[in-house]
Amino acid sequence: MIIDINNKKVEANKGETVLEVLNRNGIKVPTLCHIKNMFPTGACRMCLVENTKTNKLITSCSSPVEEGMDILTHSPRVTEARKTIVELLLSNHPDDCLYCVRNGNCELQNLSEELCVHERRINGKKNKLPIDRSSSSIMRDPEKCILCGRCVRVCEEVMGVACIDFTKRGSNSTVSTVFDKGLNVSSCVNCGQCIMVCPTGALTEKNHFSEIEEALKNPNKKVVVQYAPAISVSIAEELGMEAGKDINGIMNAALRKIGFDFVFDTTFAADLTIMEESAELIDRISTNKALPFITSCCPAWIKYAEEFATDFLPNISTCKSPQQMMGAVVKSYFAEKENINPDDIYSVSIMPCTAKKFEGQRKEMTNKGNSDVDAVLTTREFVKFIKLFGINMHTLKSEIADSPLGSRTSAGKIFGASGGVAEAALRTAYFKITGKELVEFQIDAVRGLEGRKETQIKIGDLNIGVAVVNGLANAKLLLDEISAGRKDIHFIEIMACPGGCVGGGGQPINMDENAIITRMKSLYQIDDNENIKVSHKNPDVITIYDKFLKEPLSEKSHELLHTHYQARKVVL
Amino acid sequence: MKTEEILSKYKNTGRDNLIPVLQEIQENEGWLSEKIISDVGKCLNIPAGKVYGVATFYNQFRFQPKGKYHIQICRGTACHVLGSSSVLQELEKSLKIKADETSRDGLFSIEVVACIGACGLAPVICINGEFHAKVTVDSLKKIISDLKTQNLN
Repeated sequence: MIIDINNKKVEANKGETVLEVLNRNGIKVPTLCHIKNMFPTGACRMCLVENTKTNKLITSCSSPVEEGMDILTHSPRVTEARKTIVELLLSNHPDDCLYCVRNGNCELQNLSEELCVHERRINGKKNKLPIDRSSSSIMRDPEKCILCGRCVRVCEEVMGVACIDFTKRGSNSTVSTVFDKGLNVSSCVNCGQCIMVCPTGALTEKNHFSEIEEALKNPNKKVVVQYAPAISVSIAEELGMEAGKDINGIMNAALRKIGFDFVFDTTFAADLTIMEESAELIDRISTNKALPFITSCCPAWIKYAEEFATDFLPNISTCKSPQQMMGAVVKSYFAEKENINPDDIYSVSIMPCTAKKFEGQRKEMTNKGNSDVDAVLTTREFVKFIKLFGINMHTLKSEIADSPLGSRTSAGKIFGASGGVAEAALRTAYFKITGKELVEFQIDAVRGLEGRKETQIKIGDLNIGVAVVNGLANAKLLLDEISAGRKDIHFIEIMACPGGCVGGGGQPINMDENAIITRMKSLYQIDDNENIKVSHKNPDVITIYDKFLKEPLSEKSHELLHTHYQARKVVL
Repeated sequence: MKTEEILSKYKNTGRDNLIPVLQEIQENEGWLSEKIISDVGKCLNIPAGKVYGVATFYNQFRFQPKGKYHIQICRGTACHVLGSSSVLQELEKSLKIKADETSRDGLFSIEVVACIGACGLAPVICINGEFHAKVTVDSLKKIISDLKTQNLN
């Protein structure tokens, strides 16, 4: 059908919303509560447009196109209405933009700038509500909340957790947990996707900034840093470089400049994870016990399983996540080798994830009372760290990570994308079962952004059913099928965040799906270019098994690299 | 009917029945405890957070048990015009609790109601079903102190 937009005839398809048509035609209408690919709610009224046929203001996100519509997107009436909405939102908003984490990257701030709101016209009663600092990953400041509901929807629809919801009514409305308790005792899995969609500073990660600065200043501490596979392809755009560019080497140099004593690549630990996990996979499949075998790299998924999918706890790999494996070998193998007392090591990790902050503090992740990892920075915090230390990434020369925990293979690198862990594990499992390397390493069926990918892989005589899911709501659907009797899946990779770690809750805040796609592409590009594409050929991994761990699933491995999880009692 | 019986009656009947279930249980128990919120969620397959969200939307649901003296204060139009807001203020001040709360000794609880249907007696409060007409700040003080004495005897 044809509709009129700003006095121009425009093609529209039946069933589309007005907003979709506008976006397709390059007309920008501000939105707040709208999330792409989700059912519209029309709650915030920001996307108002004028339908001159009916003389009404309608929400473009939730109004389907109709024959003969005559839409004005920026008429005086519309802009006035939008401006009033922003003024009303600001009427009870705290005036502390300068101190806010989201200063400079706040949708409310941007809207108020765009709509020329330069004075406080409406003075509303401020909500006096306490900040929830209880969670080890996520902080909630209800005073900054503008009740757009995006966090509520992501938590329920993408994650299937629904630990937060609107409570109370009218001017008393807040987004809160059951009985307004702390997030730490709620069913929150710490994935941080709520932070990713929050337009303001109401949801932020728990900052580990000052602890790390303290440690860096302390001459008695050896500060060791590791960074996740997804980091090197996720920060370039934040630092004024080409989006998705792999700046691994420059990052190593920057970390040394900041003052970290040793710089390691978590990709090494990802390779280590693959060695242990593929051994476990082969063991489970050959003995046919606790199948399907489920990966354990994602700490948000682990907490989800402890709360919602306790039946599947025996199926989960006992491997610690790469972050924790690295932490454990740093404070054992590396400490021994360098003759450092593990108590003097301060272990920092840089992760695209908020749940890793929680994972780092778990009691399962300690060795003789010593945490494997002491502090976790998200990608966002890391970017701030780089800026704080005044490091110019453009002038730095590439450096390599420190030995003996610094070398990587591209199998570990692709951990950052959904499907990467499964692909890397299958490459090594193929070699271990058949004694031969794969001819074609690329397993296309597990790559990409889709919520669920399934395939059958033939390794020797074995036919292995592989499923890869991202988004915990998708995981629930798959697990429900398995509970109902599905038997053709033997190996499942579960990542909580859409697209895997490249779309993690600790990543730069950007609602654009393309950012995730670019990072994913970049990781697979690295895989195409790198010489060593399988974890079992990582020279440092070979050495650590020779000198320290002996073999996968050995006693030492079990002591350091494996753990067990138990059901967790929370209000669901 | 007991709470368990109510829950088994509604087992897996879906979210449409959320409010009727909550109403029936509150009728029976007088209030909604954390356990009840979580049990209702399990019964209807709704996350507890959603149940709490819906329940807090409506004034009719209580999250603390009623006090020995349950005071309903009318905030309807007629009562408002004749000064019920200062009556409520005095009530909250003297009992040291807010509307919809119960005092820590379990003696008093306050419930704000939209209109009790006794506009001729405005401003009106209703204590355990007994109406007190044309309440003023002073008469309220006496009512409260009488209740306290009554409790001691």
